[in-house]
Amino acid sequence: MTLTQRLLAPGWYRAFLGMALGFGLGMGIVVAVRALYGWDPVLDWDAIITVGALIAAPLGYLIGIGCFDYWFRWASGAPTVPEDHSGHGAYSWRDYFRVNTDHKVIGIQYICTTFFFFIAGGLMAMLMRAELAQPGTQFVDPNTFNGLFSVHASLMIFLFIIPVFAGIANYVIPLMIGAPDMAFPRLNALSYWMLPAAGVMMLASYFAEGGAFATGWTAYAPLSTETPLGQQFFTLGVQFAGASSIATALNFLVTIITMRAPGLTFWRMPLLVWANFTTSLLVVIATPFIAGSQFFVLLDRTIGTHFFSPAAGGDVLMYQHVFWFYSHPAVYIMMLPGFGIISEVISTHARKPVFGYRMMAFSLVAIVILGFTVWAHHMFVSGMQSWIRVPMMITTMLIAVPTGIKIFSWLATLWRGVIHLRTPMLFALGFLTMFTLGGISGIMLAVVPFDIHVSDTYFIVAHIHYVLFGGSVFTIFAGIYHWFPKMTGRMYDESLGRLHFWLSFIFFNLTFGPMHFVGIDGMPRRVADYAEQYATWNVIISISAFIFGASFLIFLYNMIASWRHGPAAEGNPWRAHSIEWQVSSPPPVFNFDEIPTVVGGPYEYGVPGAVHAVFKEKEPAAVPTPAGGGGAPPPTEP
Amino acid sequence: MTERDRVQSSEAKGPPETDPRIEGEKHPVARMIGIGLLASLVGIAITLWIDWFPENAAGSAGKIDTLYDVLLICSVPVFVLVMTIAIYSVVRFRAKPGDMGDGPPIHGNTRLEIIWVTIPFIMVTALAIYGWITLDDLEAKQKNEMVVKVTGQQFTWTFEYPSEKVASPELVLPVDRPIEFRVQTKDVIHSFWVPQFRLKSDAVPGLTTTIRVTPDKPGRYEVVCAELCGIGHSTMRQFVRVLPQSEFDSWVSKEREAAGGGAGGGGGEQAAAPDGEALFTSNGCVNCHTLKAAGATAEVGPDLGKLEDVEAKFLRTSIVDPNADVTKGYEPDIMPQDFGTKLSKEEIDALVKYLLESQE
Repeated sequence: MTLTQRLLAPGWYRAFLGMALGFGLGMGIVVAVRALYGWDPVLDWDAIITVGALIAAPLGYLIGIGCFDYWFRWASGAPTVPEDHSGHGAYSWRDYFRVNTDHKVIGIQYICTTFFFFIAGGLMAMLMRAELAQPGTQFVDPNTFNGLFSVHASLMIFLFIIPVFAGIANYVIPLMIGAPDMAFPRLNALSYWMLPAAGVMMLASYFAEGGAFATGWTAYAPLSTETPLGQQFFTLGVQFAGASSIATALNFLVTIITMRAPGLTFWRMPLLVWANFTTSLLVVIATPFIAGSQFFVLLDRTIGTHFFSPAAGGDVLMYQHVFWFYSHPAVYIMMLPGFGIISEVISTHARKPVFGYRMMAFSLVAIVILGFTVWAHHMFVSGMQSWIRVPMMITTMLIAVPTGIKIFSWLATLWRGVIHLRTPMLFALGFLTMFTLGGISGIMLAVVPFDIHVSDTYFIVAHIHYVLFGGSVFTIFAGIYHWFPKMTGRMYDESLGRLHFWLSFIFFNLTFGPMHFVGIDGMPRRVADYAEQYATWNVIISISAFIFGASFLIFLYNMIASWRHGPAAEGNPWRAHSIEWQVSSPPPVFNFDEIPTVVGGPYEYGVPGAVHAVFKEKEPAAVPTPAGGGGAPPPTEP
Repeated sequence: MTERDRVQSSEAKGPPETDPRIEGEKHPVARMIGIGLLASLVGIAITLWIDWFPENAAGSAGKIDTLYDVLLICSVPVFVLVMTIAIYSVVRFRAKPGDMGDGPPIHGNTRLEIIWVTIPFIMVTALAIYGWITLDDLEAKQKNEMVVKVTGQQFTWTFEYPSEKVASPELVLPVDRPIEFRVQTKDVIHSFWVPQFRLKSDAVPGLTTTIRVTPDKPGRYEVVCAELCGIGHSTMRQFVRVLPQSEFDSWVSKEREAAGGGAGGGGGEQAAAPDGEALFTSNGCVNCHTLKAAGATAEVGPDLGKLEDVEAKFLRTSIVDPNADVTKGYEPDIMPQDFGTKLSKEEIDALVKYLLESQE
């Protein structure tokens, strides 16, 4: 291909051209507006970077890489082929680096990209622990330190936990419900390609004048409306991550509602499908609120609105209410898919039906509803109307009830099972115990008087890492190990997997356990330096954190080496019942030669002869297709 | 008997008796309860023995410490329960090598499910009521309260005693006197926290928040900013001194005198020139800069005691417009840029004079 052809065809060449054109367009708009108003200087680089580099360039990249080609062609009336499969499936590694509509390719793209940001965020955590190993300033100045924990949290939340679950679900859900793909494969691709833009933006904030955004992932106004340019990299990065999340959630909802295989009623759906269904409800309802909160900040910063300046009638607490109205449900967005994974893993590797299946599904729904009624428990010391605290305390504590149902049902599933202690099961057990601890400290935090003492301390840091690492990330590891054979067609190394589990389990506890002590004892969070009396615990925490961080390398080596050279995996190495295990590993490009029919529940272990789904032999078509085309009438379902 | 019948009959009889793996044990559940109770008692003993909190220096602190003990007593058995069942299951029901069998197809048990909905519900409701009562106790209005206005700014706290007509960069409180803190901020959100009192309140632009506390133990405790407020956040730490009433009274009169009779006297002389050192402390300079003369050791900004060949003009510009000439190795936009409006001309002059005198 000539260079011109390359610049015109969808792909990386055109993506970079798109970025350049986008930046130029944004710069042109800023310069033109400032010139027309006669503002000095005309070349205001803060504004040019905001409009050009953070808004127009990412859009140019999305257009350039080819996310919109089909829709543009369709909208302009050019000929399109609805069943165009040219961008579907991966036949070489290169196919993972272009816009692809295959949910399995997108799933892998999601998982690899998010793990890249997980590593980046993890390295920042290591640097923070190096700085905090001793009181005083050793490695980074306070501004850089504030940037480190802000970018660390933002990457882990918006670029790792939330999207990696979307990645796993992307791969597994269509297979699980017997669908050939997601409902909107092109939207699915767009959702994925927005993610790297968000992540690169957040990382690039380190190069902004004044350093990376340094107001925490919470970006409380009015601090966030006053800090240097780096803040805008967060404000706009969140928009791309959020749009990606919303589009994926819509896709999951439509896929799960409309594309289930015949016979797969809601009460026969595997709990992972239930989990992603409920998560997607949370995402589509809540995510617009964080988008809004960040737009308010952006507008206050750039065009001088007064959302958060009290002197001009703004309201500072409004930011926190709008922010937490998303960000509390967001903790369930980061947890419910993990609940789904754990149900699959425990049931499969303990060879027993999930105990109390319907209550497990109902408790997911209960968490979704209750999850919207507790946001202000993040604001007990914020100065909001004091009466709100008590109802929020009660609703927060009530969430323990549906969560308890899930914990106890998993335990009852283990009871009298035939437990295979493979790596996914180890991580599931690690999750069960660590998440219980995180849940308990969550109940403590809900009790207002105790929360008044420990809010904004290391106790919070301990709690959030018990629920998000000991909870969510352990479920992610469980899921990755569990479906690794399905995704790659190869087996991972079991002894390395176990080593990874034990090292991370032990040093996770040694890292985050002591933070409960220093927090209650009076060490505030988000500090680059601390009082002498916390030095002993902090050096212990830092050393544990380094070993904890290093344990991830074992996982990384295991994944890469096994993917390349691991022994071939059978279609169903765990003898599981759900549909994704009934096809080859990895599955064919279009998943199924024929759509399966579901005849029973997904977890009927121990019931002799029970199957979840059957693949009928191809029968001669009952309704002969008319020769003139027009298609067969839609099959009627009983 | 077909296998399905066997499975069904085993379900009808109730699980424990028919599982060969736990046949040797007469009452596996009872034994687990025994182990669990023992472990819970040990766990409760250990967690209560741990000295979690900093020193207890106010009436409110005792109530919160007791609440936490109750939370521990309720939490430990829950965690022990989960651990006991998980560990017991893994030990007892682990698959033997080559075991390709399945567990019994138990799909649920309505009675159990009702139990584990009801008990947590009762527990959290009881704890919520207890928490509510404690909260009301903590925040109840007291007789004979002294109001202390707390003002946060990047990166320092200042305090004002309206009834005593005294303002001070240092927080000094009389022991056993109920205090009502009215917390405000001049810039971004801060959070006023004394760990030994266990109480905390955000300082929010546009609002005045209130907390009540009765210090009951003389001593020196830390005042900590708990809400991220910018680059110097981690240095925003000061002290509170709790004194016997008589010492507090003499501190108040000394502060009044130091204020130059401005509050009480009103003599013929002009008010004394502002004190440079006091300004250096009360405006938060100490929290970011090192200055030996003022005992400041912070390292966010440059050391102000070692400025070579410094002139008054440069110092004045650097206070009013800190971005005009940023010392090499430091970032712009870190020092607040509003000292030109916050300080009077006389105050800036005093500050500049003080800095010139303080060069090493």
